[in-house]
Amino acid sequence: MTGTSASAGPAGPAGSGSLTAPTSWATGVVREVRHHAGGAVVLRLAVDGMGPRLPGQHVVVRLRADDGYTASRSYSVASDPADPLVELYVERLVDGEVSGYLGDVVEVGDELEVRGPVGGWFVWDGVRPALAVGGGSGVVPLVSMLRHAGSTGHPDRVCLVAAARTLERLPYADELVGGCQVVALSQERSPAGREPGRLVAADLEPLLRTGQQVFVCGSSAFAEHASRLVVDLGVPAADVRVERFGPSG
Amino acid sequence: MAGTRGFTGRGRSADPRLPPGQHDTGSGWPVLTAEVTPSVDLSRWTMTVDGLVGRLASWTWDELRALPTTTWSGDIHCVTTWSKLGTSFRGVSVDVLLEAAGPGPGAAFVLATSTTGYTTNLPLADLTGGRAWVVWEHEGRPLPVEHGGPVRLLVPHLYFWKSAKWVTRLTVLDRDEPGFWERNGYHDRGDPWLEQRYQGD
Ligand SMILES: Cc1cc2nc3c(=O)[nH]c(=O)nc-3n(C[C@H](O)[C@H](O)[C@H](O)COP(=O)(O)OP(=O)(O)OC[C@H]3O[C@@H](n4cnc5c(N)ncnc54)[C@H](O)[C@@H]3O)c2cc1C
Repeated sequence: MTGTSASAGPAGPAGSGSLTAPTSWATGVVREVRHHAGGAVVLRLAVDGMGPRLPGQHVVVRLRADDGYTASRSYSVASDPADPLVELYVERLVDGEVSGYLGDVVEVGDELEVRGPVGGWFVWDGVRPALAVGGGSGVVPLVSMLRHAGSTGHPDRVCLVAAARTLERLPYADELVGGCQVVALSQERSPAGREPGRLVAADLEPLLRTGQQVFVCGSSAFAEHASRLVVDLGVPAADVRVERFGPSG
Repeated sequence: MAGTRGFTGRGRSADPRLPPGQHDTGSGWPVLTAEVTPSVDLSRWTMTVDGLVGRLASWTWDELRALPTTTWSGDIHCVTTWSKLGTSFRGVSVDVLLEAAGPGPGAAFVLATSTTGYTTNLPLADLTGGRAWVVWEHEGRPLPVEHGGPVRLLVPHLYFWKSAKWVTRLTVLDRDEPGFWERNGYHDRGDPWLEQRYQGD
């Protein structure tokens, strides 16, 4: 949750507050599979009957074994809402039950059970200037925001700061160039010449604007670190929305 | 429904404590929160029960801890599919807090609110009868702030988003008013044994 061990979030409804509840399970047909370094995989699915999406939302993928055993996990959607296909970027975790299957086994033509789109909080309204800060696969929902800004003719509305260990491990590195995009790599020099090192206030400060909405996404540890930097730079906590991915923290 | 091609799944857990679709997170305790972790000033902190009650009841941090405490041990279940088995918390039963305020006629729901403005709704019946607590200790230690410290709600028989972190207010209502995640598509009750994850389940 948007997930959520007893998640907390401010009371204000997201945007209009009108959220389509994720309805029933649908069938997603895998149309494209692209493998990346470190075992990450990009899957593009045609999901029959999926309602309109908002940039930042996720879907739930459910795998089913022959004996009826199921495993479901949440994956953010990377595609622009205008893209008819639901694009997922899955980072393969060691021993990961679902990410391992998606990374190693899935082929074009396979069918997956999919539910969504889910989430009405971690979504960008497409209008308000946004600073999006992602770590590792936490970049994925932010890429949907960035793509949406581009396809609606306002590429400057989203500034994306992406952190990863190496460029090879950074999802969508090829799209994170130009504009007000910043790539912060901890283990190597970034293409724009930033010295290696973890994300610091100086990476974010030049991108701050008053009235901005801030989205932070990544592992618990990354989200905690990045949201703290943003608040310490003076951004009101109420303007910061955070999404923490799974137990990797 | 047909299986997913080539998916066998990791070992099935025969553990009867795991509700459908959940897996054991072991000693880990994932943090999932939708916003910046707040800093809470205990000298100004209060816990309040208001709404449809005979009298508004409020406790300072010291007053809350002077109430009779209970230690609860058992399992907690997050809607994102992890469960943490055999853990424990200490705090005061919500029954004690509600008794002090005296829910009025027609009282049927409660909206829990946190310092951050986070809200979650629960049927009153899920908070009474020794099934819900307001807790400040986890496994014998002060509850860490990222897990809702100093004080969070604990309603372990429902998915854990109902156990509002940083809780400071319980508002008794005669109607159900969706909280934060519930407005965002999650279920109004959230029973893990019935897999009530999303609206419509
Ligand atoms: C809202 C949301 C959006 C997300 N979006 C994305 C996304 O876009 N891309 C992405 O890659 N991920 C995303 N995630 C994370 C994703 O949902 C999964 O958590 C992730 O893929 C791991 O699932 P898994 O089944 O592969 O790993 P799991 O099998 O759940 O394991 C996770 C890790 O814990 C360890 N582990 C788990 N269970 C045990 C056990 N019983 N004993 C020992 N070790 C164990 C594993 O070794 C592994 O390293 C998102 C999560 C959320 C909540």
